Amino acid sequence: MVSLAATFGRGAMTNHWRDIRHADLILVNGANPAEAHPVGFRWLMRAKLDRGAKIIHADPRFTRTSAVADTYIRIRTGTDVAYFGGLINYVLTNRLYHDDYVRWATNAGFVVKDGYAFHDGMFNGFDQEQGVYNTKLWAYETDDEGHARVDLDHPRSVLNLLRAHYQRYDPDTVARITGIPREQFLQVARQVGEMGRPDKVMTIVYAVGLTHHTTGVQLIRSGALLQLLLGNMGRPGGGMNAERGHANIQGNTDHAISWDILPGYLRIPAPGQEDINAYLGESASVKLHPRAVNFFGENYRRYLVSLLKAWYGDAATKDNEFAFDYLPKPAANASWISIFDQALRGKMQGIMLSGMTATSIGPDSNQVIQALTNLKWLCVMDPFATTSSEFWQAPGMDPAKIQTEVFMLPATHWIEKDGSFTNSGRWVQWKDQVLPPEGEARHDHWILAELFLRVRDLYEAQGGKFPDPVLKMALPYANPRKPELDEIAQEINGRDLRTGKRLSTFVDLKDDGTTSAGDWIYTGHYPEEGNLAKRRDGVQDPAKNDPSGMGFYPNWAWSWPANRRVLYNRASADESGRPWDPSRPGIAWENGKWVGDVPDYPPTSGPGPDAPLPFIMTGEGVGRLFSNAVADGPFPEHYEPIESPIANPLHPQVSATPVAFRYDERAGRPNRFGTVADYPYVATSYRLTEHEHYVTQNVEHLVQLQPEAFVEVPAALAREKGISTGDRVRVSSRRGKLEVRAVVTSRLGPLDIDGRRVYQIGIPIHWGFVGINTGQHWLANALTPFVGDASARTPEYKAFLVNIEKL
Amino acid sequence: MEVSRRQFLSIGPAGVLGGSALGFDLTESIRVKQRLRIEGATLSHSLCPYCAVGCSLIAHTKKAANGKTELLQIEGDPDSPVNEGTLCPKGATSLQLAISRRRVPHPLYRAPGAAEWKQVSWEFALDRLARNIKASRDATFVTQDADGNVVNRCEGVAFAGGAAFSSEEGYLATKLMRGLGLVHLEQQARV
Ligand code: SF4
Repeated sequence: MVSLAATFGRGAMTNHWRDIRHADLILVNGANPAEAHPVGFRWLMRAKLDRGAKIIHADPRFTRTSAVADTYIRIRTGTDVAYFGGLINYVLTNRLYHDDYVRWATNAGFVVKDGYAFHDGMFNGFDQEQGVYNTKLWAYETDDEGHARVDLDHPRSVLNLLRAHYQRYDPDTVARITGIPREQFLQVARQVGEMGRPDKVMTIVYAVGLTHHTTGVQLIRSGALLQLLLGNMGRPGGGMNAERGHANIQGNTDHAISWDILPGYLRIPAPGQEDINAYLGESASVKLHPRAVNFFGENYRRYLVSLLKAWYGDAATKDNEFAFDYLPKPAANASWISIFDQALRGKMQGIMLSGMTATSIGPDSNQVIQALTNLKWLCVMDPFATTSSEFWQAPGMDPAKIQTEVFMLPATHWIEKDGSFTNSGRWVQWKDQVLPPEGEARHDHWILAELFLRVRDLYEAQGGKFPDPVLKMALPYANPRKPELDEIAQEINGRDLRTGKRLSTFVDLKDDGTTSAGDWIYTGHYPEEGNLAKRRDGVQDPAKNDPSGMGFYPNWAWSWPANRRVLYNRASADESGRPWDPSRPGIAWENGKWVGDVPDYPPTSGPGPDAPLPFIMTGEGVGRLFSNAVADGPFPEHYEPIESPIANPLHPQVSATPVAFRYDERAGRPNRFGTVADYPYVATSYRLTEHEHYVTQNVEHLVQLQPEAFVEVPAALAREKGISTGDRVRVSSRRGKLEVRAVVTSRLGPLDIDGRRVYQIGIPIHWGFVGINTGQHWLANALTPFVGDASARTPEYKAFLVNIEKL
Repeated sequence: MEVSRRQFLSIGPAGVLGGSALGFDLTESIRVKQRLRIEGATLSHSLCPYCAVGCSLIAHTKKAANGKTELLQIEGDPDSPVNEGTLCPKGATSLQLAISRRRVPHPLYRAPGAAEWKQVSWEFALDRLARNIKASRDATFVTQDADGNVVNRCEGVAFAGGAAFSSEEGYLATKLMRGLGLVHLEQQARV
């Protein structure tokens, strides 16, 4: 979600599931909600059936979403930058953007510093040796106070640079790159172009079909740019709606099980930041416009200090910079692929996996298994055996040669513990403990607490490397070995340490050590009056529980931040506080106050020429069409996947993004990329309705519904190869192979790409060597490449090259 | 007579029955069976463990004669503004996940080079793991980098936590792992 944070200030679905029904036009890209989010999809259908909304689905496969869409566009996987780029160009050249919105709520008029350049696929500031851009060079011209110069007509205004950048994305170029026929593209562009009117609103729905690319961040940012230009951000029925794929990805991201952040999206400190001031200097955004609130940047210190107080309690004092030194400072990216890269380099000794199976979910499974054999120990906490706990006896492995100690610890199911899940719409919903733990199973957090305290005991007894953060961590739970999730929810919410009372808003957090909060964006979910995530005033009484009639249901659960249902909703009303579309209001200034949703704005600030700008999370105060918070360019640019059937039509010399991280190459290991000569077909991986990643291989009914691994082969290619449905085929990439049944399909058709016929093969991901059906030992990710995007190091699961043979 | 799921729940077994969790009308015989299944049951609220739509579930449990809590039924919560009682095939079969017989019953240990799992006690597993964690931490901990910066990080241990964690568990995992100095920390968001 780097892209959304870079554009708007937060990385989350901006609206929520029920809100999608307010849209007039729904662009679905890199997602198949009818199959992957079936119940969420009802809200797209409600928009269509109740208000005549149109759904446009751009996807390599004709799926169940396509079947009910008004327009289906067959697009080559991973080329959405060109598709959105074409739409942006169309909107700009025909002046269809929402002019008032663009002037007021975006950085269109900000003047970019001299030196910004884009030539032949390269932005300025590339460091050849490190393989990275110096993003600091992508900055604004500023005055003495550090405020950006604003002049929409300046040749280097963001809007003018944007026009120049996107004029290359004309309909013919879009067709050449994406395979979308020119006429069809123009038909879509005309519909999208209507959505810049204040009385119209469009939403963009996407999922991992956009994120899982080496260009993923820019694929999403392209959509975000389009939405800013059309004035659709912040509005009910608008926004950028990221559909998270697992029950609590959002909550676990908010609470930062992620190498680069601390809870509440505070950045992990970096080497050289010797104190909080130095850390803030490089992490907190600065105010770039006199009317910017810069809410996050201004309050960063309060949130960090409150977090440190929650973690280190009395050991975090003013004198020791609130134990800032206890926080680890990573030198380099330490995300998913990096973990296994380090193991391959022999630098990783142990891995703990809790409800994650390394072997199946990561790219290049065979290499990941190799990495696991290099470990000293591996601990798997899970209710079921997984492909990771069993890796040492996977097909083709010789256990005698594997020295890794493996622990399999039976963990409880979700239904055996309480706690909250945060859905992709940011709704924090509490669940009950329905069943007691089965047999010897233990809660993951009890296992972790127990392990931590045993390690603490060892440090107390034996000493060791820098034991302070282990010894001094505050675990103020009735039983620290078995903390209650309710106690932890209270800690996350935060307290006033002088009174011991829980806080009801993050506005009250302090930077002097008198408050604590485990995650500031959740402050207010558990105030003194109780756990608001348990609220259940829903559709049993819509008149009472949804007074605005907009589907916000403010007393159903709790939505971060501040129980706000639509992020950036200040932009749903014009400068004077009137909703752009009074029939679909987000918030409105009425009789001296904001009514409707919880305003994403200082609650007492009214509208007016001196009023704060609408996007309070950015230093600019506005949404960023140009941003230096992404590693691969201030504007999105189309790059080919690392493995592509063609050279980039826009700049063949810089075909793939120069800043993608090629792990094997950097580590000096042999290259594992294939070329179109050996692997002529494009493959893309995806999920089926009946399965959820790998866990459902243990659920009888679901295994009955989708019993066996298969690949989808386009009918024309199947004819060429003599393949019929049910035949066994071998699909291979440079990294591995699958030998599974073929399903011949017209859901995947051929594409004409840059004058070539290109076939795409579809690969569902759910199988492996564990589960109810034995013998299904093919891992889809055996095929995928070990490469990460520049900003987030997300792997490329959706576009890679394969060959296919009939067996 | 049309009766909503919510009304049905409040009417109780003597009343008229609505649809099933699968969204189609069941035959009379199944209706009677279903009614008996949840008669006198305890109702609790849960959430679907699969995708991030966040559909609400109602779970019916009963204490069996042997003192065990039995999970009788899971269905969509009609009050939820997210799912309004509906569930997809995964949510509708979440009961099978909950009561699966495929669970790993005991801690297991596989020694270096061994071809088999060995059943072990929790005590053995936790003790040995804690020692491993400490040894790896001590062996790979860096207090100062080459430039003399204080970095206090453990480079040789990684943690990945799943997306079926409750948020509060996830938070505790982050806190404890950062406390150990881990930099390699990951979950499902990227993969
Ligand atoms: S029932 Fe289906 S749509 Fe709803 S949360 Fe579960 S998996 Fe997602």
